[in-house]
Amino acid sequence: MSTTATVESLPNSSAEPQVNYLNARYGVKSWLLTLDHKRIGLLYLCTITFMFVVGGIAATMMRLNLLEPQGALVEPETYNKLFSTHGIVMVFFFLVPSIPATLGNFLIPLMIGARDVAFPRLNLLSWYIFVTGCLVMLYVVCTGGVDTGWTFYPPYSSAYAHTDVFLAAMAIFIAGFSSILTGMNFVVTIHKMRAPGMTWFRLPLFIWSLYATSVIFVLGTPVIAITLLLLGVERLLHAGIFDPALGGDPLLFQHMFWFYSHPAVYIMILPSMGVISELITAFSRKRIFGYSFVAFSSLAIAVISFLVWGHHMFVSGQGVYAGLVFSVLSFLVAIPSAVKVFNWTATLYKGSISYEAPMLYALGFIGLFTIGGLTGLFLASLSTDVHLNGTYFVVAHFHYVMVGGAVMAFMGGIHFWWPKITGRLYPDLWARFAALVIFVGFNLTFFPQFVLGYLGMPRRYAMYPAEFQALNVLSSAGASVLAVGYVIPLVYLIWSLKYGQVVGPNPFGAKGLEWTTQSPPLTENYVKTPIVTEEAYAYENAPEPEVARV
Amino acid sequence: MSDAALAHGDNPTGFAHQFEDLEQQHDAGRMGMWIFLATEILFFGGMFTAYTVYRSLHPQAFLLGSHILEVKFGAINTAVLICSSFTMAMAIRSAQTGKRKGAIIGWLIPTMLLGATFLFLKFRFEWYHDYIEHTMPGFGFHYKPEWGAHAPQVQMFMCFYFFMTGLHALHMIVGIGILLVLTCMAARGRFTSQYYAPLEISGLYWHFVDIVWIFLFPLLYLIRY
Amino acid sequence: MSSHPQSAAHGQPMVHEHIVPVSTYLAVFITLLIATGLTTWVAFQDLGNWNVVVALVIAVCKASLVVLFFMHAKYNKGLSRIVLVGAVFWLGIMITFTLADELTRHWQISPQPWAGAIIPVIHRLLF
Repeated sequence: MSTTATVESLPNSSAEPQVNYLNARYGVKSWLLTLDHKRIGLLYLCTITFMFVVGGIAATMMRLNLLEPQGALVEPETYNKLFSTHGIVMVFFFLVPSIPATLGNFLIPLMIGARDVAFPRLNLLSWYIFVTGCLVMLYVVCTGGVDTGWTFYPPYSSAYAHTDVFLAAMAIFIAGFSSILTGMNFVVTIHKMRAPGMTWFRLPLFIWSLYATSVIFVLGTPVIAITLLLLGVERLLHAGIFDPALGGDPLLFQHMFWFYSHPAVYIMILPSMGVISELITAFSRKRIFGYSFVAFSSLAIAVISFLVWGHHMFVSGQGVYAGLVFSVLSFLVAIPSAVKVFNWTATLYKGSISYEAPMLYALGFIGLFTIGGLTGLFLASLSTDVHLNGTYFVVAHFHYVMVGGAVMAFMGGIHFWWPKITGRLYPDLWARFAALVIFVGFNLTFFPQFVLGYLGMPRRYAMYPAEFQALNVLSSAGASVLAVGYVIPLVYLIWSLKYGQVVGPNPFGAKGLEWTTQSPPLTENYVKTPIVTEEAYAYENAPEPEVARV
Repeated sequence: MSDAALAHGDNPTGFAHQFEDLEQQHDAGRMGMWIFLATEILFFGGMFTAYTVYRSLHPQAFLLGSHILEVKFGAINTAVLICSSFTMAMAIRSAQTGKRKGAIIGWLIPTMLLGATFLFLKFRFEWYHDYIEHTMPGFGFHYKPEWGAHAPQVQMFMCFYFFMTGLHALHMIVGIGILLVLTCMAARGRFTSQYYAPLEISGLYWHFVDIVWIFLFPLLYLIRY
Repeated sequence: MSSHPQSAAHGQPMVHEHIVPVSTYLAVFITLLIATGLTTWVAFQDLGNWNVVVALVIAVCKASLVVLFFMHAKYNKGLSRIVLVGAVFWLGIMITFTLADELTRHWQISPQPWAGAIIPVIHRLLF
C-alpha cells in the first residue's frame, strides 16, 4: 500500500476543484439512478438517519411517559404502540442496515481496491426495496401503529391484536429482501473483486466482519421472511398454524423468529467490531494484535450465533432439555467476543494513542460492549434468566450491546471516514464533546435499568409501582442527555458539508487502501487498479497525520 | 434475482465496467446466483421446518390431508418439470457449443411451454378442484365427517399445501418471465460461446425451482401409510 | 461457509467451461423420470415408517442428480459446492434444533436413580 500511495499521489493543487464522485454529476436524477456504491451508501445514510429519528421520537415519548408511575404522557395502548414502533424501526430499519449498507457500501470496494461492488444495479435495487419497506412501516405508524412488540409473538399477533400487524410484518418482509441483496453483493464482491495482491489475510478486519455479517444476511434473512409470511397467512386465514386450539404451536413461531433474530443481533454488532478494529489501530498507530484471531472470531461468531436462539425462550414453554442445550451453547459466543476485546486491548498496549473523536467512540465501545456482553452471560444462564427474563435487565443488556456497541461504533465510523466521504473535516472539539455527552447520557439512561430489572420491574408496561420512580426519572434524564448528544453531531456534520476544513486524502495518517485515493474519491475509485504489497495495519510505515493529534 | 444475470447486458458483449474481464464477470454472476439459491433454500427451508414439526405432531391428519390430493397430477407435474429442466440444460449447452440462435430459442420455448403446462395443470385441475370441493383454506373450507377430530389439522395440512405450492408457483411464474427475457435476448443474437452467463445463471434458478418440487411431491402427495 | 483463503481473483487464467455431452444429460433425464415413477410406486407399498424414509432418499438422489449434472456442480469445483453444502447444513441446524425442542418438550425432569448416587460424591469432592 505504501507503494500505491505514491503512485496515486494526486493533482492536489487546491486551486482548481478536483473531480470526484460528488460533483461528477448533479441533479436529483443523478442520485436516484446512481449505480455508484458511494452514492448508494449515502442514500442509505440519509434513509436510516431519518428512521433513527422516527425510532428516537418513539423512545423519547416512552421515557417521558415513564417519568410518573401512572404514566405521564400517553394511554397504555399508545405506550404499547410506542415501544413496538421503537423496536421495529430501530432494529429492522436502522440497526440492521446501519453499518453494512452505509459504511459497508461506501468502503468495501475502496478497501479491496475495486471499482464498484459486483452487482451495482442490485445494490441500487436494494435501496429502493429498503425505502419501500420504510414507507410501508411509516404508513403503519401514521395510521395507528402496531402494538405487538418487535417480536410479533403469536397468538397475540395472529389472533388478538387489532392493529395493523399484517402490514407491519410485510414492511419487515420487504426490507428483508434488501438485506439479502446487500449480503449477496458483499459476499461476491469480497470473493471476486479484490485488487491484485489483496489476499484474504491482507484484508482489513472491517471486511472480514462484513463478510461474516453478509453470511448471516444470506442464511438468516430468508427465514424471517418466511416466518412473517406464515404469520400473515395465519392472521388472514386463521388456519391454526400458530393456534394451539387448532393443533398449532405458537412456540414454532418463536423458534423460527429467533433463528433469524438472534443472529440478527450479530448482524448489528459484527460490523461494529470491524469498525472498532480500524479505529483502534489507526489511533494507537499499531498493527492489530493477533490479526487472524480477530478475523476468524468474526466467522466463529457468525456460525455460533445460529446455534443459540433458544435462550430467548427459556421461560416460554420450551422443553427443559432443549433449554439446557441452548444455555450451554450460548456461553460459547462469549469466547470469540472476548477474543476480540482482549485483542483490541492488547493492540492499545504500548501504542501511541491519541484521543480524536472516533477514538473516543471506540474506547467507549469497548467498555460498554464488555458490560453488555457480560450481562448477556447472566441471561444465558438458565436459572438466572428465570429471574431476569422479561425485566428491564434485558432491556438494559441489549441496549448496552446495540446502542453502547453498535451505535457508538457507527458514530465512530462515520466520524473516522467523514473526511473520506465528504473531503471535509468536522469541528473536532465539538465532536469530542458530543462523544462524551453520548457516553454519559447513555450510561445514565441504561445503567439504572439494570437495577430496575434486577429489582423486578417488567419491561413493556406503561405504569410501574411508585418505588421505582427515582430510578426511572434518572433514566429519563439520561435519555434527554443522550438525545442532545445525538443532535449535536447531526448539526455539526451537516454544517461541515459546507464550512468544514478541506483535508487531503489521509487526514488521520491511517493505513488502508481507501486512504490512498483522493477525498472524496473519484466515481471509479482509483485512477488505476492498485496493487497491494503489504499486510493490513502496517503502521510502522504509515504517513504522518495531516491533523494535529490530541 | 435474475437481475444478477440480466443487469449487465447493455453493450453487445454484455461486459460491465466494474469487472476486469468477462471471466471474472461470469464467475461473479454465477456465484451470486448460487448465494441467492442458498437464501432460497433457507426460505423454503423455513416452511419445510414448520411442515416437519406439524407432521411429527399430527401424522394422522397429514395422512388424511394427503388423500385429498391426487397423486396422478403430482406425478405428471413432476415429470413435466423434469422435462423442462432437461430442455433448459440443452438450451445452455447449445449456447456453450456456439450453436445458432435458432437452436437456443428452440430449447427455450419448450422450456417455457412445459413450465406453463405445469402451472395450467396445477391451477386448472388441482387448485380449482379444491376450491369447488371446499378444501381451500380461507375460501369456504368445510370439515368433512370422515376426518373426525383431525379436521382442524387437515385444514392445517391444506394450508401448508397451498402455501408451499403457491410459493413454488410464484417462483415458476418469475422463472417463465426470465425465460421470456432470455428468449428475446437470444433472438437478438446476444449469446455466444463466450458470453452465455445470463442463460447459465437463469438455468440455475430454473433447476432449483425444479428441485423444490422434487421435494414437495413426496412430502405433500405421497403420504399413503 | 466459504472462508478459505485464495489468491486474488483478478487476472487469473481461467479454465474453459466443461461442456457436458448430450448423452449424459439424456441419461440423467431418463433416470429422473424412472425415479419419479419409482417413488410413486413405492408410496403405495406399505412399508410402515419406512415409506417416508424411502421417499426422502429418492428425492435427495433426484435433487443430487439435478444439482450435479444439470446445475454443473460436478464440474464447478469450490465455491458453488461450499455455498450449497453450507445452506443445506444451516437448514439442518434449523430443523434439528427446532425438533430438539418440539420432540422433547413433554419430557419431564425426574430424579434419575444414578443422580442419587453421584451427587453426594460430587458434593464430598467439592466441599
